[in-house]
Amino acid sequence: MTTFALLLFAGVALGGVYALVALGFTVIYRASRVINFAQGELLALGAVLTAWLVSAHGLPFWLAFAIGAAVTAAAGLAFQFLVLRFAISKPDFTIVMLTLGLATVVNAALDARFGAAPMANGDPWGSSVLRIGNAGLPWVQIWTIVTAIVLLAVFWLFNRYSRSGLAMRAAASDAEAALAVGISLRRVHAIAWALAGLVACVGGVFLGGYPNSVSPQISDVALLAFPAIILGGIDSTTGAVAGGFVIGIVQDLTAGYQPQYASWLGQNFYLVAPYVVMILVLLVRPYGLFGSRPAERL
Amino acid sequence: MNSVRALRGTGSRLLAGLAAAPARTASLAAVIVGILLPFWVGPYWLSALVWVLIFALGALGLDVLTGRTGQISLGHAFFLSIGAYTGAVLGLTLHLSALLWIPAGGVAAGIVGGLVAPTALRLKGLYLAIVSIGLVYIGQHIFTNVAYLSGGPGGRAMPAPTFGSLSFARGLSIGPVFIDENGLYYYLAFVLLALAMLFVRNLGRSHLGRSMTAVRDGELAGAVLGVNVARTKITAFVVSSCIAGVAGALYGSYLNFATPGQFDLVLSVQFVAMIIVGGMGSLWGPVLGALFVWGLQSELDNLAGSLPFLQGGTHTTGMPVGDAAAVVYGLLLIVFLLVEPRGVVGLGHRIALLRRRRRVLQSAPDMVSSVTSSSG
Repeated sequence: MTTFALLLFAGVALGGVYALVALGFTVIYRASRVINFAQGELLALGAVLTAWLVSAHGLPFWLAFAIGAAVTAAAGLAFQFLVLRFAISKPDFTIVMLTLGLATVVNAALDARFGAAPMANGDPWGSSVLRIGNAGLPWVQIWTIVTAIVLLAVFWLFNRYSRSGLAMRAAASDAEAALAVGISLRRVHAIAWALAGLVACVGGVFLGGYPNSVSPQISDVALLAFPAIILGGIDSTTGAVAGGFVIGIVQDLTAGYQPQYASWLGQNFYLVAPYVVMILVLLVRPYGLFGSRPAERL
Repeated sequence: MNSVRALRGTGSRLLAGLAAAPARTASLAAVIVGILLPFWVGPYWLSALVWVLIFALGALGLDVLTGRTGQISLGHAFFLSIGAYTGAVLGLTLHLSALLWIPAGGVAAGIVGGLVAPTALRLKGLYLAIVSIGLVYIGQHIFTNVAYLSGGPGGRAMPAPTFGSLSFARGLSIGPVFIDENGLYYYLAFVLLALAMLFVRNLGRSHLGRSMTAVRDGELAGAVLGVNVARTKITAFVVSSCIAGVAGALYGSYLNFATPGQFDLVLSVQFVAMIIVGGMGSLWGPVLGALFVWGLQSELDNLAGSLPFLQGGTHTTGMPVGDAAAVVYGLLLIVFLLVEPRGVVGLGHRIALLRRRRRVLQSAPDMVSSVTSSSG
């Protein structure tokens, strides 16, 4: 029972990370109807930069974290201003492929600069745990959950009550109509990309916490947020967050129990379990559990 | 005056010629150049050319699905791995002839493609792209764990092709001409690519090819007009995976080994970059794209010793060549998408059009000038 509770807790923490990454995907999808394949690279950029500032330059963790988040948000903004701005009327296909181009460039640049060698995350918690009776809850996981919940709440308030949030919701529901009432789509897109970069960095830094470490390959893990947005439906923010938590829990429970009860599925099955869940869900509901089926028009 | 213009126009005429010349002449020229090429280039570039041909074959397969049918797939690497491991099992474990194991790689990948297609069919656009990423990871997981087929994470050896008494490892002597292993791989890949291109060209002109275009350009409109969307997509999937399987068998064989790690998302993205840079939905686009992406990598490899910012030769610092190439083709991907979505082939068309317009202007300036000035 204790094992189960600990796995569940770890799953919720991991789910918090996925929820943040999934939120990044959804924010961009709602603003511009594309999936950002570079989200994983933005996450890696933030995590690697933060770890590097701490380990190579001795910056305090919080300062490094702030710089990492700022740079990642700026990278998202820069991509919007330098590239996507010119693609606003192009087909979805083009825009998706543009994000793939960005992913390729950032991935290669990070690999060239930092290599594959894992770095310590540099966070103040390390491997320390909070003792409750016999069980120990890692502080990293506690802080991941707290941060994720706070950030998601802040986003919810921003989306619900601020003018920019209203503009973003309007643009998501009908871009042309939003334009007609004087909402600047360019500004909406810029906010979306900066936000996506920001949550990606936060997700990356917490993903790199103990027992993991940080390397450019951390972007692979971010792809596991795809099943989360599929579960939740790409266009639903709440769905994406819920999907993130579900996938995190599924993954950690699989990691904990599959080697014992279903060893025929092979080693490290937990790394692909989210994809299996995703394909099963899509077989039954092609637009995700909460996604809306778009109306088709000739 | 005329000679100056002729000199200046040579480069653009070459590109324009590729696009505008009668297809038969261009193909014939390509075949002749292709056959003679191994005798001109050294072993380094011959090997690079073999890679270009193998990647062109793979890219041609992806283009059937993405360029011609409009389905975004990032799972191409998965189908290459099916072809490679089928080849390894049949060629090395069962000692069959390459006449069997190379096509079998294609057939196996085609069958798997056919099995996956109905799932993919239910998904539109971006959802398919996401699921195909899952396919790559699930494929890597399976091949890492099914060690008796794939050799596990460390990979396994791949067979060198043998056709009866002809063994690639020993080379081939025809009279005074000796063709070494690289040369034999070159001609094998060349023949397979030519056959695949012929097939894809004819496919494009068939009923099925027109259906694919309809699905790409307006799925619902096509369905209303009587195109069987489901069947078209499944066929595109099968054809695309089949070509990928053959390319995968060749890829592993030329590399001598195959590990599950090779068939990753990066490989898939490379194929996407090739068809976009080369030009989607065209016969020569994938070939030009492969030439570009692999030519770039080889050229950078070649220059690495003399460029201070690249790793290689005597200096160990600097950027790894693979990363430098990835940065360049990633940027190219972005530039082409923004400036010329039809790729290098589109540039050729554009130049041909400009030349034709200039010729018309020269022959009848008075008549055309009013038209062009009003249209801007």
